[in-house]
Amino acid sequence: MTGRRTESGGLIDRGTTLRFRFDGRAYTGHPGDTLASALLANGVRVLGRSFKYHRPRGVWGAWFDDPNAIFDVALEGNEIPNCPATTTPLVEGMEARVVNAWPSARRDVKGGLDLLHRWLGAGFYYKTFIWPDWHLFEPSIRRMAGLGALDGKEIPDYVADQIHDACDLLVVGGGAAGLAAARAAAEAGQDVVLVEDHPELGGGLYRSGESVEGKARAEWVTEQGATIAKNGGRILTGTTAFGVYDHGLVGLATERGFARAPRLTRMRARRVVMATGALDRPMTFADNDRPGVMSLQAAAEYLTRYGVLVGRRIAVLSNNSAGEAAIEALRAAGAEVTEADPGAGPIRALGGKRLSGVRMGEKRLECDTLLVSSGLTPVVHLWRHAGGKLDWSDEKSAFVPGAAPQGMMAIGAANGTFDLEPALAEARAAALGKPAAPTGNSYSIRPLWPEPGTKGRQWIDFQHDVTLKDVELAARENYISVEHLKRYTTLGMAGDQGKTSNMAGLAAMAAIQGKPIPEVGTTTFRPPFVPVPLELYHGARRGQLLNPLKRLVLEPQHRQAGAALGEYGGWLRPGWYGPKPADQAVRDEVLMARKTAGIFDGSPLGKIEVMGPDAEAFVNFIYYNTIATLQPGHIRYGFMLTESGAIYDDGVIARLGPERFVISCSSAHVDGVEAMLESWRQDGNDPDRLFVHDATQHWATVTVTGPKAREIVGALGLPLDLTRAAFPHMTLRESDFAGSPLRVARVSFTGDVSFELSLRATKAADLWTALIDAGAQHDAGPIGIEALSVLRAEKGFIVVGKDTDGETMPQDLGFGIPRLKKKSAFVGDRGLHTEAANDPNRRQLVGLTAPEGSPTLPTGAHLVTGDRPRSEGIITSSYFSPTLDRPIALALLERGAARQGETVTVWHMGQVRTATVAPPCALDPEGGRLDA
Amino acid sequence: MQLFPCPFCGPRDEREFHFAAEAGKTRPDTTGAVSEADWAAYLYDRRNDKGRVREVWMHLPCREVFVMERDSVSMEVLGTTAFRKAGA
Ligand SMILES: [Zn+2]
Repeated sequence: MTGRRTESGGLIDRGTTLRFRFDGRAYTGHPGDTLASALLANGVRVLGRSFKYHRPRGVWGAWFDDPNAIFDVALEGNEIPNCPATTTPLVEGMEARVVNAWPSARRDVKGGLDLLHRWLGAGFYYKTFIWPDWHLFEPSIRRMAGLGALDGKEIPDYVADQIHDACDLLVVGGGAAGLAAARAAAEAGQDVVLVEDHPELGGGLYRSGESVEGKARAEWVTEQGATIAKNGGRILTGTTAFGVYDHGLVGLATERGFARAPRLTRMRARRVVMATGALDRPMTFADNDRPGVMSLQAAAEYLTRYGVLVGRRIAVLSNNSAGEAAIEALRAAGAEVTEADPGAGPIRALGGKRLSGVRMGEKRLECDTLLVSSGLTPVVHLWRHAGGKLDWSDEKSAFVPGAAPQGMMAIGAANGTFDLEPALAEARAAALGKPAAPTGNSYSIRPLWPEPGTKGRQWIDFQHDVTLKDVELAARENYISVEHLKRYTTLGMAGDQGKTSNMAGLAAMAAIQGKPIPEVGTTTFRPPFVPVPLELYHGARRGQLLNPLKRLVLEPQHRQAGAALGEYGGWLRPGWYGPKPADQAVRDEVLMARKTAGIFDGSPLGKIEVMGPDAEAFVNFIYYNTIATLQPGHIRYGFMLTESGAIYDDGVIARLGPERFVISCSSAHVDGVEAMLESWRQDGNDPDRLFVHDATQHWATVTVTGPKAREIVGALGLPLDLTRAAFPHMTLRESDFAGSPLRVARVSFTGDVSFELSLRATKAADLWTALIDAGAQHDAGPIGIEALSVLRAEKGFIVVGKDTDGETMPQDLGFGIPRLKKKSAFVGDRGLHTEAANDPNRRQLVGLTAPEGSPTLPTGAHLVTGDRPRSEGIITSSYFSPTLDRPIALALLERGAARQGETVTVWHMGQVRTATVAPPCALDPEGGRLDA
Repeated sequence: MQLFPCPFCGPRDEREFHFAAEAGKTRPDTTGAVSEADWAAYLYDRRNDKGRVREVWMHLPCREVFVMERDSVSMEVLGTTAFRKAGA
């Protein structure tokens, strides 16, 4: 028991006691505590185990800079892995467990791994890729890798709010400088937002001095906050500015309590003032990772913010003047503090889980706690996110903000201004966008960096177990660039992202190479500054809110008819109807459609109108086929290509009038086709003479297909002659249904007589009901998209993207004429005459038949040739045809059109079968049914 | 996250936009002979400039196609012009 709670002081609520458990033992704390401060107050020291060697670890820091104490925390049935103990507020009933250790941080059965450290140095994993064999190590490494454990349960309502906001000035950091800047700006009439990541304002003031500008610290802080608010400024506590993104967007994460997703604010500020303070740097010496070796500044923060004295007999090793106030405060709280000279000789921490002292050269000092500081490092992450430069300061032995990013200024300790009075002056100037007059600097520091070649295991990255010897090894193996060093050793890649390790790492590399530190450079700083849950980024944009299903206007009718609804190309559509098993239902629907008729909801089919005086020339350019010759009232099947000549979409185009066309593109491609048309429309065309309008969602389409289709549509009593002579295949008539415009098209995706009826979506229910009623008279009924897929495959009709791939051209499907004959320019024309397009071995569409009695061929199977099989093609569609009572399939096969009757080898997942090449159309090749 | 000024809607979030192409390419006249090299250059060659670039973008909600000049290093947007006026 070394740490203890002081009698008074701090921001905690001593009147309330909170109970919690850590590694199975019961402890108490107070509101205002973090898990770390409460455990230290209970005298608990070992709060973690390192990643690789499972070394026992205590806390180094008091806030976001601690790499060691990481817990899985459960509360009221919700469990969150990898919570940093130093930043997780204590809540009554929390059950915390250390990560990466079992059964507890104190007694970890894997602690023995530390004995293997000689063989687990930098680059260990990489070397096993070469010798002896990575696979020998992989299973055990994978078992040991990672930190916290997921319990696999979803936390209910864990959804991050997302807010877009803007202001004149965003001040990041609610310490002395940030408060002064925000107040001055608010008083000058600016719209100010101040963010502070702690639950309360004050920042670094809790580590330095008792009074500010003649006032007690707490009183001064309260006064600034009140004045900012009174002048319209907004203060967000518990809020971290975790990243600066392009165009000055600052991401703010606001804590909302344990197991609740933080709130994301996307803040756009005209100006940003960075008042993020500075961090204590660890000192590099032998066994500097022992529990009880802590940051001097952190010890002061535990004392003044949380009322925790971290040790009784304290030794201090510091090379700088910043810790004087801390030492004074620790003494005043009753600790016995001895200051020692870190330059007196090689330093080594003594003891194991319990620190017993420190040796400096020949000198030995007894202590239970060793507080160290090897200088202050300004927190410049946001500065670097925004593209600001850093300058090396010899005077301060640190990188400080240099050339500023657009609209950003740094003030206070974040700017290397460690003295209070100059920091306040700097803040008040920055509030008005002005630089402060240079002032003196009382901060003094004697450079103290890692010394390569010295003895002992000296930690640089605590969490990832990277030591000075690892850096030396990396340098010997020529990983001397800091970016290589980082990746080879994983230095700086731990959960704290190098907040404690980067400076020591690059100083060590500088010393090894005999270069000054600024010549070695820094690694890239990237958001997020602290870990944030992924939910923060996506917010409510998940599931249906990310990618909503498109819904049919007839969905209630389908549900009433017992449709099995499923997602097809982004639409929720009936796959089939009724309670029977899917294959049986689909088979029955196919047979019904071939015998009497099927009634199909084709509403998702594209209905893109192209209008205007230039419409004809435009569609003629867009289509592979010649459209200019299409007469009003007529329909043509055709392809749209990409400029490389590949098929982009297929479908029919109808001409309603001289200046009006309707494009029926594939249901799943409507958005893409419309965007493509719009791009061409605005590129090189006169957009005032040409309009593209997507009416897909406004018009519903019901198709009646089958031998009885004419009778069923006839029962509607439309003012329309439906006879074959008056209304031939591939024509369109405009009519009227119950006072509403109706388009009737004779097109067929089944090979049977079909009528496609399109009308305003709001009238669709009446039409559907009328057709279903009429159909019932002929034993006809609704069919789903699964039956339609079989019906079209029986006829060899393709689905683009299923029966074609990114290389398929129209000539591969037997549509080679326009390629050779069309005179005017069209999209993809030149692409159809490349060497690849003329290759005689191109894959062409074929049908396949399976031997008598054999099962359906597997979709996706390869058609192979040779002893060492080479794929010559692929099966793209395969069904059992109820109409033909045998399996049918479509495939893309090299030179397929010339191989009718040939037996081919079908290879699928190691199984080999045979099939015979046939024409794509398996049913009614003469087309007699179409004009029946 | 970048803000792009749609000539029709004004400044909007980058997620609403779709990159179409580098600006300044002219489609070869395919009614005459076009060499393999010229067609390949039209289809595949990209300048991919570092610094000032001119690009064609579409604002998906309003479907405006426009030319945007921006700096590919600093991400600064230098201006946008509705496509029909840009002459690109
Ligand atoms: Zn727009």
